[in-house]
Amino acid sequence: MSTQPFIQLVDLHKSFGERHVLRGMSIDVARGESLVIVGGSGTGKSVTLKHVIGLIRPDKGRVIIDGHDITHMKDVELNTFRRRFGMSFQEGALFDSMSVFENIAFPLRRHTKMTEAEIRARVEECLEDVHLHNVEKKRPSELSGGMRRRVGFARAISLKPEILLFDEPTTGLDPVISDVVAELIMEMDQKLGTTTVTITHDMKVAFKIADRIAMLCNGRIIEEGTPEEFQASENPVVQQFIEGRAVGPLTEGE
Amino acid sequence: MTAILDRIGRTFIRLFEQTGLWFDALWKTFTWMLRPPYDVGEWFRQMVRVGVDSIPVVFLTTMFTGMVLALQTFSGFQRVHAEQFVASVVALAMLRELSPVLVGLMVAGRIGSSMAAEIGTMRVTEQLDALKALATEPIQYLFVPRVIAGIVMLPFLAILGDALGVYGGYIVSVKLLHANPVQYKLNTFQFLDLKDVWSGLIKASVFGLILTLTGCVRGYYTTGGAEGVGRATTNAVVSASLIILLSDFFLTKILF
Repeated sequence: MSTQPFIQLVDLHKSFGERHVLRGMSIDVARGESLVIVGGSGTGKSVTLKHVIGLIRPDKGRVIIDGHDITHMKDVELNTFRRRFGMSFQEGALFDSMSVFENIAFPLRRHTKMTEAEIRARVEECLEDVHLHNVEKKRPSELSGGMRRRVGFARAISLKPEILLFDEPTTGLDPVISDVVAELIMEMDQKLGTTTVTITHDMKVAFKIADRIAMLCNGRIIEEGTPEEFQASENPVVQQFIEGRAVGPLTEGE
Repeated sequence: MTAILDRIGRTFIRLFEQTGLWFDALWKTFTWMLRPPYDVGEWFRQMVRVGVDSIPVVFLTTMFTGMVLALQTFSGFQRVHAEQFVASVVALAMLRELSPVLVGLMVAGRIGSSMAAEIGTMRVTEQLDALKALATEPIQYLFVPRVIAGIVMLPFLAILGDALGVYGGYIVSVKLLHANPVQYKLNTFQFLDLKDVWSGLIKASVFGLILTLTGCVRGYYTTGGAEGVGRATTNAVVSASLIILLSDFFLTKILF
């Protein structure tokens, strides 16, 4: 058993035009760990998550997954490598030209040699995992926000990934459904034994699902620790964020 | 003054950037085309969309163009007593030039725009990222079937356009201008060469590539929500039409 971290982000820098989003962001994630990255809107959380799966390449710095440096990996290799990932997107990002069933079956059809019956069974299993029933024939547009999110989860886990990434899993959901979704993430994480990286600005969700929480501010990680350590942090920025106060170092000069 | 120079400079940079992206996409489309898996079912779906569904538009455009062409050339040729050449001119013009170009422009408006809107919407709703996250390259899954459909189907539409244009010319000449039907038919084929047919078909095929790829590229690089999708759609038609008209000259020169 190596002690090397499963996911390593090393000194990432990324700019979009004039906007310098990541400024030397580094973090490690151990195998099987559930890391939650929190931070305000526009601090580069989504950008960070997209670096992990190679959807965005850094201007500087490296992304290392299980010993493989994916920073400069060729498109074709990276494409194959992504089978080890499952990613859930903010609004679900379901393919709206397909039914729920076809959405979840999509990666199975493309990447496995499963028969139609096996695919059907696997899709049912995935939907069972996210506690959805009788939605196979529905179109994504017919589903509520929470259901769309869950179908997104089901699609993300269909290939039994080693790494699960959640982009704002509870944004736009009511508090009850948010909690249901958070429970679900924990369940999936435990059942599949995956390494999970979640980004959110919902502290309740973060405290619930995290083994470790990190806070991103101005393109850098300014604090990280277990939920207890994070809660007890003396960093005024972290405290302002946890308590959701309007006045504090985060909002200075605005 | 510097502001003007700045604007000119930016325009040129953007132009070079767009050209670069276009050729980059062209290269990637052809390399991904060779890699499995091959979505033959999707290829056929796109062929139906590009080819079969465009027949009504092609029908009207080329037929009426053939008819107008006969009327116009007749009124001109009558002045020098060369009416017998109307048939040859209609046939040559349709086969070599008008049918491929008109089909290209019409299909660019119909299909190029809808491809840009479709892929652009996928971009702004993160569906393209989702495809990548599911280890599926969007270029392979979306571009390849569309571009293949364009390359394969446009020549067929151009053949249809050739026939309809020539037939339109025949109708007008014989029914309206009282030309001799037998003579007209003879004149139509008198100066025709097989090269006139295939040079037109090669053009059509290239235009098919241009309009589908431009639609895909414009959609793929969409930014800025619903407004961005609208912009991408318009740009797809405008740039595809421009590229078709520009490349038409060079193709004609090469295939002369």
